[in-house]
Amino acid sequence: MRYIEEFRDGKLAAKLEQDLVREAARLARAITLMEVCGTHTMSIYRHGLRSMFPENVKMVSGPGCPVCVTPVGYVDMAIELARTPGVIITTFGDMMRVPGTSSALQKERGAGKDVRVVYTALDALTVAANNKNNEVVFLGVGFETTAPSIASTIIMAKKLGITNFSVLCAHKVMPEPMEALTSGQLKLDGYMCPAHVSAIIGEEGYRPIAGKYGVPCVITGFEPLDILRGVIMLVRQVADGRAEVENEYNRVVLPEGNRKAQAILADVFVKSSAVWRGLGPIPDSGLAIAPKYEAYDAAKKFGIVEPPSRENPACVCGEILKGLKGPQDCPLFGKACVPENPIGACMVSSEGTCAAHYRYGAGALAHA
Amino acid sequence: MCVAVPMKVIEVDDVNCVAEIDGVRKTICVMTLDDVKPGDYVMAHAGFAIAKVDPATADETLRLMREIVESEERDR
Ligand code: SF4
Ligand code: SF4
Repeated sequence: MRYIEEFRDGKLAAKLEQDLVREAARLARAITLMEVCGTHTMSIYRHGLRSMFPENVKMVSGPGCPVCVTPVGYVDMAIELARTPGVIITTFGDMMRVPGTSSALQKERGAGKDVRVVYTALDALTVAANNKNNEVVFLGVGFETTAPSIASTIIMAKKLGITNFSVLCAHKVMPEPMEALTSGQLKLDGYMCPAHVSAIIGEEGYRPIAGKYGVPCVITGFEPLDILRGVIMLVRQVADGRAEVENEYNRVVLPEGNRKAQAILADVFVKSSAVWRGLGPIPDSGLAIAPKYEAYDAAKKFGIVEPPSRENPACVCGEILKGLKGPQDCPLFGKACVPENPIGACMVSSEGTCAAHYRYGAGALAHA
Repeated sequence: MCVAVPMKVIEVDDVNCVAEIDGVRKTICVMTLDDVKPGDYVMAHAGFAIAKVDPATADETLRLMREIVESEERDR
């Protein structure tokens, strides 16, 4: 689509950079902004945007990739299920290499377990329809962007009377950890809010962050010009002493979000406490399958609980996800931990901070 | 993981639509979006349409950006 080309226009980017410099000059002090979404992190690296940010505008990465924040214990549960006779595991490809305590799904597949990568949750349902003598479990991870599609699939399974399908559910929602980080150790001056999470939840979810905590929030698209505009809007809010929810990405995100998807989420899921890798448990930050659909809850169906598990103590993913440290602060970075052999989750997902840093190099991180 | 792409809707039935990007056609589930019509642009994420794209707003955004650029060029 031609908008993608145009939102990458280098000439416009150069001009926006000048605007940014001008706005940043109005700041009374250096500020720290956080992009919570891994796709923003990736885009910032890929397009070398960090080198365009003025010295007094520092951008840190947050916990914005579902793969990165999936706890080891969840991977262990998935592995336990993969080893259960008759079970077919279906998952998005990103989860394959995430390390559990002692294995990963990819290793299990190598060892002959039936683990299949699907492109959409509906494909997992098709696998179930075609394998009536097996139990098909889908690994439900993802934020508000992804959760509606899994919820729709559960609704569809019920409608079609498919009973050998269930979801190991670890869906999470974004505003709660953002609120938790706001009151944490890091002094944040603004949030670049995730583009497609916002397409579902709209502006509402960020109001407490702007209102109660006084942290400006700007919903921002993923193209380079979007990101530059998003940063300008954040810097402008800080310089003006405002803290509001603004929407840079209004060509996709409606103020009220996607009402239909919200209704589907409310039908299938209930809010629950969830464990975030690196951040620990955060109340109301997860989505659990509602009692009405519990026949599709794999944890209940198979009676499995999250086992005690541990992460590599040298991995500083947790600090990275809180914006307190960068990959360069990790002793394992680029040595024991590389994308081909990730130790922590930030190196697994192509949107993880360590993976982006590894791929695009320290130069892109000049101001971080 | 949540990377979504804008696609043009070609035809729609109750739960699915056929959508196109760069000449590639895909079946996208539209359960998560209200009244999708042929000719609309949708953001497709993992096989589901999660939002409509408003080409008019996109045009307007670009026009405004260009305008800012041009007015600055005049100011200088
Ligand atoms: S788009 Fe979704 S999955 Fe991708 S990085 Fe952002 S929040 Fe994570
Ligand atoms: S480099 Fe690897 S071990 Fe270190 S923080 Fe990143 S993911 Fe964790």
